[in-house]
Amino acid sequence: MSIPNDSLNESYTLNVNGAEREVRDAWLGESLLYVLRERLGLPGAKGACEQGECGSCTVIIDDRAVCSCLVMAASATESRILTVESLGENGRLSDVQQAFLDAGGVQCGFCTPGFIVAVHHLLDQNPNPDDEQIKEALSGNICRCTGYGRILDAVKVAARGRRNGVTS
Amino acid sequence: MSVVTGSSTRFGALGSNANRPDGNAKVQGGFAFSSDMWAENMLWGATMRSPHPHARLVSIDASEAWKIPGVECVVTADDVPGLPNYGLIMQDQPVFARVGDTVRYLGEPILAVAADHPETCRRALAAIKVQYEVLEPVTDPERCIDGSAPPLHPDGNVFRHQRILAGDQTIVGEIQVEGTYEIGMQDQAFLGLEAALAVPDTGGDGVELYIATQWLHEDRKQIAACLGLPEEKVRLVLGGVGGAFGAREDISLQVHTCLLALRTGRPVRISYSREESFFGHVHRHPATIWMRHHADAQGHILRIESRMVFDGGAYCSTSPAVLINAITHTQGPYKCDNATVDGWALRTNNPPCGAMRGFGVVQACFAHESQMDKLAAATGLSPVEVRLRNAMETGDRLITGQIMDSVAPVARCIRETDAIPLPPPMSVDANELLVPGGTGLTALPSNIRRGIGWGVSIKNLMYSEGFDDFSTARCRIADGAVHVKFATAEVGQGFVMLAQQIARSVLGVDDVFLDPIDTQVGSAGSTSASRQTWMSGGAVDAACRAVRDELLDLVAASRGLVRQELRIDGTDIVDGLTGARIPVAEVIGDHEIDHTVEYHHPATEDLDENGQGNCHVAFAFVAHRAVVDVDPDLGLVKVVQIATAQDVGRVLNPLSVQGQVEGGIAQGLGLAVMEEIIVTDGKVRNPSFTDYLLPTFLDAPTVDMVLIEEPEPKSPLGAKGVGEPPCVSVTPAIANAIRNAIGRELPRVPVRPYDICL
Repeated sequence: MSIPNDSLNESYTLNVNGAEREVRDAWLGESLLYVLRERLGLPGAKGACEQGECGSCTVIIDDRAVCSCLVMAASATESRILTVESLGENGRLSDVQQAFLDAGGVQCGFCTPGFIVAVHHLLDQNPNPDDEQIKEALSGNICRCTGYGRILDAVKVAARGRRNGVTS
Repeated sequence: MSVVTGSSTRFGALGSNANRPDGNAKVQGGFAFSSDMWAENMLWGATMRSPHPHARLVSIDASEAWKIPGVECVVTADDVPGLPNYGLIMQDQPVFARVGDTVRYLGEPILAVAADHPETCRRALAAIKVQYEVLEPVTDPERCIDGSAPPLHPDGNVFRHQRILAGDQTIVGEIQVEGTYEIGMQDQAFLGLEAALAVPDTGGDGVELYIATQWLHEDRKQIAACLGLPEEKVRLVLGGVGGAFGAREDISLQVHTCLLALRTGRPVRISYSREESFFGHVHRHPATIWMRHHADAQGHILRIESRMVFDGGAYCSTSPAVLINAITHTQGPYKCDNATVDGWALRTNNPPCGAMRGFGVVQACFAHESQMDKLAAATGLSPVEVRLRNAMETGDRLITGQIMDSVAPVARCIRETDAIPLPPPMSVDANELLVPGGTGLTALPSNIRRGIGWGVSIKNLMYSEGFDDFSTARCRIADGAVHVKFATAEVGQGFVMLAQQIARSVLGVDDVFLDPIDTQVGSAGSTSASRQTWMSGGAVDAACRAVRDELLDLVAASRGLVRQELRIDGTDIVDGLTGARIPVAEVIGDHEIDHTVEYHHPATEDLDENGQGNCHVAFAFVAHRAVVDVDPDLGLVKVVQIATAQDVGRVLNPLSVQGQVEGGIAQGLGLAVMEEIIVTDGKVRNPSFTDYLLPTFLDAPTVDMVLIEEPEPKSPLGAKGVGEPPCVSVTPAIANAIRNAIGRELPRVPVRPYDICL
């Protein structure tokens, strides 16, 4: 819904998960996180700090991992946006998603989609990270439940799987 | 990690790493948290809050807000049809501050609006004019003890004052050590912000609320009272919960959301921002604790004196219970016959405080474990030896007079922790990420001092002081399948997985269907106090056993078998006479069975005026050893390793226990070195994740753990709660390690860089 009597209402198109998605008559002040969640039916990205500190809203924009809470949606019309909903095929889990479950990396699950996206991005850039590289790459994603131990295991399980020929 | 699960553990049954039933949805992003809830024709709600910690509310003028297109509703205290106040123990907290009355903390709700868009809500709040007469805030709780503070509330400024007098009050030790310790205000900082969706019934005489909470039935009781509705007209459904840690035990947005929905006749969602969340829920109590230990020359504790002052902030929440937990854990996991303890929980104009993981015991533990290191130094004993020498055992009498009748492997926790290898020293060419302060190369490895510190703790399980926090579960066989229902709040801990494990083990089936978690079954009590595995686990176990017994009755009758000879083994019914096996899956389609069971723990008592009474149900124990690297010039700390041995009773799901231990340690680390809500003159200075620091991946230490399995006979599944103990004694272990590294007393947590280097 647009904001009545506000001149900053527009329609525009976003490329999300490989599809052109029209955003109709929307207030231009909305973040990409809001538009994904409230207008495009993609609730996987989560809002937990709305200032780029926690990584819960991580999406991929043109091959970069980005906090979608910090991006104005209408500024991303020229970009390719990938969300957690794009991962896996035909409802099957990706290697990273499966590894999070197998290693016990999921508790409340609120940080999980952001982590999953960030780990996919990490392993696509560096398929064989050491522990410190994993920790640094994921230090922008906050988890309050796990203390990160099982998540570290999950990333290592997924990386090992890729080395052994299992891919996402 | 050493975990005994047995090679015969059936996948999905107790003892295995079962699949989380919510796992796929959570990794795929489809799991519906309360902030993901949406309804056709939904409005957004927002709350206006006081910008002053103490003021008289003079007037509210919302006329300009009503002129904004899209604004549908404004509600104030005048629109609350039922009780004006709510609260878990005292009903002293207003739904909204009332004109002519006072606001008592910065962030107190004044009114709420509903509109078509969050931005419209923001504009509406900005257009509302509120006048205050600013009053001097009371921010020092000591002023509520000495009587110099004005009464802040009709219910007074003292939430609770309780002493403990145990044994001989006159004993003086050959060795005495004392200190005054401070614990800062910690935030639970769950990631899933407060959010709720209220859907009014057609006709407007009832409401359904989708809510992330720890206790559906307690919420319903308080909401219905404020709405002036019978409880059956208020139905609660658990919205996906993004962590809790105590912060969802109190009412926050529940009544506001329902009021807006009932007034507009439309679904309303409120979702807090992070900043609002800091004002919307209670925090861990800041506390000042003085302790003096009297000991003999061999280091045996003879008597403990203590005075504890807990700042409860503006409203009561659970302050009285937090205080009782703190003072009854004064002795820690150590023998002590004589004690003189004076505890206060007080009202100020600081943010309201209540439940957070560890619930009063965290504060007491920081004091007693700091004292144990002083006792070690005074007696010349090692930190390990002084703790072993005083270690509590089953059968000991506590300072409340209660006899320790839980399994109490304190000495074993210490010894097993001590046996875990220490990490190698930092190398001179260490990866910069391993150096305190991380990247930026400001700290030099050659300048780093390593320290080792200990913390050991005792934590009560379940609610205390006569409270019957029972849990209810329903199990039924219908249409050839097993269904389990409960109102237990799944907040991330994995109870939904455990419930399935229990049903699989008891009933011998693989597929267990969970009904929605809502108020259409009896209360489960709160997901807090490390109690749900014991309490709701006990209820699910009992309900499944009742169904199993009836199933075996029916199978025996229908097949002409001897009932007493039938039992379930794996997924079969076994006839002890013939050895014949009948798959359970083969028979359950023939029967409809339905049992609802309440599980109650043994009764407890109130404390008397001298703090005597059997007030706690059971206890768990844990030891922590921290290794830290400190840059003494820059005040930077890196926690290298936490070694821990925890008394868990029985491991029902190894990965879940491991996750609780590691997660609790990270929160305790946060309190030790970085997490604090900074409040000056009643104003929160850092209500954001930029300024309130949380442990990141790079702050997380290596955790090496041993899980001690000595099944607890009183517990229905032999297991003890594992959620709270990890975050209780890791904080003093880290503080003691920093002290060990640099030789300063460091009497407060979090330890700040300037405490180390200035």
